[in-house]
Amino acid sequence: MTTHTNDLAVDVRGLRKRYGDVTAVDGLDLGIRAGEVFGLLGPNGAGKSTTVEILQGNRDRDAGEVSVLGADPAHGTRAWRSRVGIVWQDESAPAELTVAETVRHFARYYPAPRDPAEVIALVGLEAKADSRIKALSGGQRRRLDVALGVIGGPELLLLDEPTTGFDPAARRQFWDLIRKLAVEGTTILLTTHYLEEAEALADRLAVVTRGRVVATGEPATLRERFGTGATVEWTEPDGTARAVRTDTPTRTVAELAHRFDGEIPGLTVTRPTLEDVYLRLTGQEEAR
Amino acid sequence: MTTAAVREAREEARVRLPGAWGLGLRRGALEIKMFFRQRDHVVFTFAFPVVLLFLFASIFSDDVEGAGIKASQLYVPAMMAAGIMSTSFQSLGISIAVERDEKVLRRLRGTPMPPAAYFLGKIWLILVTGLMETALLLLVGTTLYDVELPSDAGRWFTFAWVFVLGLTACALLGIAISSVPESSKSASSVVVLPFLVLQFISGVYISIGTIPDWMLDVGALFPLKWMCQGLRGVFLPDSAQVLEQAGGWEFGRVALVLGAWCVGGLLLCLLTFRWKHRRDG
Repeated sequence: MTTHTNDLAVDVRGLRKRYGDVTAVDGLDLGIRAGEVFGLLGPNGAGKSTTVEILQGNRDRDAGEVSVLGADPAHGTRAWRSRVGIVWQDESAPAELTVAETVRHFARYYPAPRDPAEVIALVGLEAKADSRIKALSGGQRRRLDVALGVIGGPELLLLDEPTTGFDPAARRQFWDLIRKLAVEGTTILLTTHYLEEAEALADRLAVVTRGRVVATGEPATLRERFGTGATVEWTEPDGTARAVRTDTPTRTVAELAHRFDGEIPGLTVTRPTLEDVYLRLTGQEEAR
Repeated sequence: MTTAAVREAREEARVRLPGAWGLGLRRGALEIKMFFRQRDHVVFTFAFPVVLLFLFASIFSDDVEGAGIKASQLYVPAMMAAGIMSTSFQSLGISIAVERDEKVLRRLRGTPMPPAAYFLGKIWLILVTGLMETALLLLVGTTLYDVELPSDAGRWFTFAWVFVLGLTACALLGIAISSVPESSKSASSVVVLPFLVLQFISGVYISIGTIPDWMLDVGALFPLKWMCQGLRGVFLPDSAQVLEQAGGWEFGRVALVLGAWCVGGLLLCLLTFRWKHRRDG
C-alpha cells in the first residue's frame, strides 16, 4: 500500500474560485493528514461545497495548487477515482432498484471493492437490503449514499454536509457510522455548518469563512487559542445588569468584591465556548 | 488475513480496472431492469405507436390508386420507423436529461466507471426496447393490416440495416438533444416537439403525396424520412414505388443519409455531452 503517513492526503494551497462577480473560494489553504477525520466548518456560503467539489474533480478552479492522494483532481484517472469515495450532498440513487442491487452494481465499478453485504451491514441497512430505494426514508437514503461512497474501499472519503436535514437521533447514528469508518483507517473530510458535529467527529478542523481558512487545529486548541478572555457579569444595586469582557477576570472580580464589600449580586464568570470562538471567527457574533 | 495484507491485496488489484464492455453489459442489464420495473411507463411506451397505428390505419383504409396497396398498409412501416425513433431519440433525450438534472450522471462520473460503459448500457436498453416495439408493430401489421413479411433474404437484410442505422442515428441525436432542456421538467416538451414535427413532415402520419414538397425537403434532412422510406421498401410491394417522391425506394441514398447521421450524431454528442448541468459548473 502506498502510505501517505509522511505525506498529506489532501494538500491545497492558494485555492481560488469565482462565479461571475462572486468569489466563492479566496486563497484557501488546507492540509489533511492520512488517517485523520478533518472537519471543514463554516456558515452557509463560506465556500465549503465549492472546495469539496474541486477536491472531487467535479469543478474547475481558477487558481491554486491542489493535490488529492498525490494527484491533481482536475486530471483524475479511473485508478485515482477508485481510491476516492464521494458522499454527495443531494442523493440521487436510482429509485427503481433495491438497496442490495444498487450496492452490488456500484461494487462492479471498482477494482477491489468491499463486500456489498458487509457494507450494507456497516451502514445499518440489512433489514432494508431488498427494499426499493424509493421506499426508504431520508435518513436511510443518506446511509445508502455512504454505502455507495465506501463500497470501493476508498483511502479518502469526502462527505459534503452529510447530516443536513437529519433529526438528532439520526444524526447520532450517522456519527457512529463515521467513527467506524475512521477506525478502519479511512481518511475523512467532512464539511458541516454544525459546530457540534465538527467537535464530535473531527480530529482537526478548519474554520472557513468568505472563502478562506481563518483558523485551523484541534477543537480544544482552537478554543484555547482563540477563546481568550472571559465575561464577568453582575447586577448593580439599582438593578441594572452589567457585563465586561476581560483578560483578567480575577482582578475584575476582586475589584468588584472590594466595591460591594462582600457578595457581588448576580455574579457569573464565563469562559468562551467553542461556539463563541466559532461565531467570533466567522463574524456571526452580532447575529446572536 | 491482517488488515495490512487485505490492503496490500487491494492495492495490487487496483491496477486491474474492470473493462468497459463488461461493465456496459452490466449497465445494460440494470437499465433494462429499471425500465421494466416502471410498469405504467412500459405499457404506455409500447402501446403508443400501436394505438396510433390502429387509429390511422382504421381511418385511412381505402385502396391507394395505381399503387396496388391500401392506405392502412402504408402506416405499418411508418409507425415502425416512428417506434424506432421513439425508443431511441425520445426515450434517451428525455431520460438522459432527467439523469443529468437529478445528478445521476455526476454521481457516475465520481466513480471509476468508464464513460463508455454508460453509453453501452443505453445502447443495450434501446436495442431491446426497439426490437420489442418493432416486433409488436410487425405482429399487428401482419395480422390486421395485410402487411406481408418479406420472403427473400435481401429484404430481411435491408430491414436489419435500416433498423440498426436508424436506431443508432436517432439514439445519437437523442443523446445530443438531452443537453438542451434546462431541467427535467422541461425535458419531455423539448424532446417531443421536434419529434412530432418530424413525424408530420417525414410521412409518418400523413402520406408523402399530401405533404408540400418544401416540407418533405426539410424532413429529408433528418433520418426519420429515410427510415420510413427504407421500411416501406421492405414491407410494401414494388408497385407502391410510384408513391415515392423519387419514384423508387432509393436504398442507396437511405443508407447514405442514415450512415451520415450516425457519424454526424456521434460528433455532435462528443462536442455537446456533459456529465453535469451547466449551472453545476
